[in-house]
Amino acid sequence: MLRKFKEFVIEKLILLCGIASVIFVALIFVFLLKEGLSVFKFVRIGEFLAGRSWYPISEPAQLGILPLILGSLWVTFGAAVISVPIGLGCAVYIAEIAPGRTKEVLKGGIELLAAIPSVVLGFIGMVTLVPLVKNVFHLSTGLTGLSGSIILAFMAMPTIVSIAEDALYAVPKSYKEGAFALGATHWQTIWRVLLPAASSGIVAAVMLGIGRVIGETMAVMMITGNSAVIPRGLLEPLRTLTATIAAEMGEAVVGSEHYFALFAIGIILFIISFAINVTADLFLHKHK
Amino acid sequence: MSKHPLRTQKIAFFLLLVATLLIVVPVGLIVVVIIQKGWPAVNWQFLSEMPRQGMRAGGIFPAIVGTLYLVTGAILFALPIGLLAAVYLSEYAKDNILTRSIKLAIVNLAGVPSVVYGLFGLALFVVFFKFGASILSGSLTLGIMILPLIITASREALEAVPYSFREVSLSLGASKWQTIRHIVLPNAIPGIITGTILGLGRAAGETAPILFTVAAFYLPRLPQSVFDQAMALPYHLYVISTQVPNVDEKVRYGTALVLLSMVLFMNLVAIIIRYRFRKKKKW
Repeated sequence: MLRKFKEFVIEKLILLCGIASVIFVALIFVFLLKEGLSVFKFVRIGEFLAGRSWYPISEPAQLGILPLILGSLWVTFGAAVISVPIGLGCAVYIAEIAPGRTKEVLKGGIELLAAIPSVVLGFIGMVTLVPLVKNVFHLSTGLTGLSGSIILAFMAMPTIVSIAEDALYAVPKSYKEGAFALGATHWQTIWRVLLPAASSGIVAAVMLGIGRVIGETMAVMMITGNSAVIPRGLLEPLRTLTATIAAEMGEAVVGSEHYFALFAIGIILFIISFAINVTADLFLHKHK
Repeated sequence: MSKHPLRTQKIAFFLLLVATLLIVVPVGLIVVVIIQKGWPAVNWQFLSEMPRQGMRAGGIFPAIVGTLYLVTGAILFALPIGLLAAVYLSEYAKDNILTRSIKLAIVNLAGVPSVVYGLFGLALFVVFFKFGASILSGSLTLGIMILPLIITASREALEAVPYSFREVSLSLGASKWQTIRHIVLPNAIPGIITGTILGLGRAAGETAPILFTVAAFYLPRLPQSVFDQAMALPYHLYVISTQVPNVDEKVRYGTALVLLSMVLFMNLVAIIIRYRFRKKKKW
C-alpha cells in the first residue's frame, strides 16, 4: 500500500517535471509581456517600432527602435552571407569527403568552436579583428557592423555545420549508390542527389544558425561600436536589439519607461526566436 | 551536365576544403593565441588573490569562486528537473498533444536568446520574488537556460537503453518505477553525466543571463550567502575588456585563458566519458 502511494507520488512528480519546460516557456513569455507591454502607455506601438530615434533617458524619452532593428538586420545579414556558404561547404566536406580520422578531428574542431564562450570571442574580436578592419578599410574605428558580422558568423557556423551534416548523413545510402551506379561522379552525386535530398534539414540548419546570430549578445556588444543611429551599411558602428538590452538594463530604473521599453525589445526577440525555432523544427521533422 | 565532370569535381572539392579550413584554422589560432598570451599572466597569485587597483592588478579569485557557485547552483536546480523530465518523455509520454507541446517547449527554451533569459531572471527572480541581484537569482536563471540541454542529453541516454531490459524487469514482477530506478537509470548514467557536464560548461561561459541577475562589477570579497551578489569570470572578462581603461593586456588574456580552460576542460571530460562509454557498451 505504502509502496503504491510512493510510486503514485513519484509518477506525479515526474509528470510535473515533464511539463516544467512548458511552464517555463509560458512564464518567460508572461513576464516579458507583463513588464514590456507597459511601454505602450508612453508610446504608441507604431512609434516604438518605426521611430527613428532612441534616446531613452532624455526628457521626454524617445523610444524608437528602428535603428536597433536595422542594426540587428544588417549584422545578421552580414553574418549569414559569411556563415551559410562556409558552413554548408564545411558540412559537405565533413560528411562526404574527409577521410575517417580527419573527419573526427574536424568535428572536434567544430565542437571546440561551439564551446568557446561568446565573451571570449568578443574579446578576441576586439584585440585582433577590430584593428584589422580599421586598417583594411581605413576607418576611424574598427568597431563596426562588419566586425560584428564576422565574429557572429563564427558563432553561427557550428550550428549550421552540425545540423546540415546530420541532414546529409540521414540521406539513405541507396540514393548515393544509385547515383554512382548510373555513372555520376562523387561531386555530381553530392550536388544533384544528396543536397536536394537533405534540403529540408539544410534549411533548418540555416534558420537555426541565423536564430543564433539574432540572439547573440555579448560578442556583438563588445565589437559593433554600439551607436544607436540608423546604419547605412556594415562599415560603420551600429547597435543591435540584444546589445541594447544588455548595455542599458543595468542603468534603467525598475518601473521606468526605459525599463519597460527594454522588456518590449525582449518580447520582439522572444517572438523572433520562437518563430524561427518552430519553423526549423517543422523542417527537421518533415519526413517523420 | 558539365563537360568536364572530373575537373568540376576537383574544383568543387577544393572549395569545400577551403571552406572547412576557413572555420577550423581561425578556431585553432584563437585557442593558440589565448594560451600563448594568457599563459604568462596565469600563476598561483593570479588564481588565488583578490583583484587590486581597480582590477588592473592582483588576481581573479572572487570571479572564479563566483562562477563555481553559480554553476553549482544552476546544476542543483536543473539536473533533478531535467532528469525527471527526460524520464517522463522517454518512459511515460504517449504520442499526444501534451507530449508534442513539451517537445516544442524544449526546442524553444533552447532557442531563447541568452539576454532574454537575463530579462526573465530579472523580472521573475530579482523583482517579483524579491531575491534581489543574488547568486540565487543568477543560478536559477542559468538553470532554466541549461534545462533543455540536460533534458535532451538525458532523454537520448534513457532511450538508448534497449527495450528488452525493461521487459525483463517488468516480467520479473518489478513495477514501472522500480524498473526505471534500478534498470533504466543505471544504464543511462554515462549519457546523463555527459549532458550534465556540457550544461556546466555552457552555464560557466554565459554572460548575458547573469548581467542583471547576479553579476557584481567589482567585489573584492567572497559571497557569504546565496543572497549575495558575486563576481563571475565571463562578466569579469567583459568588464576588464570594455569598462575599465588601461588594464594590462596580459591580465585580459589571462582571464580569457582561465575561462576558456574551464569551459574546454568540462567539454573534454564530457567527450571522454562519452567515448569510453561507447567502447564499453554491451548492447
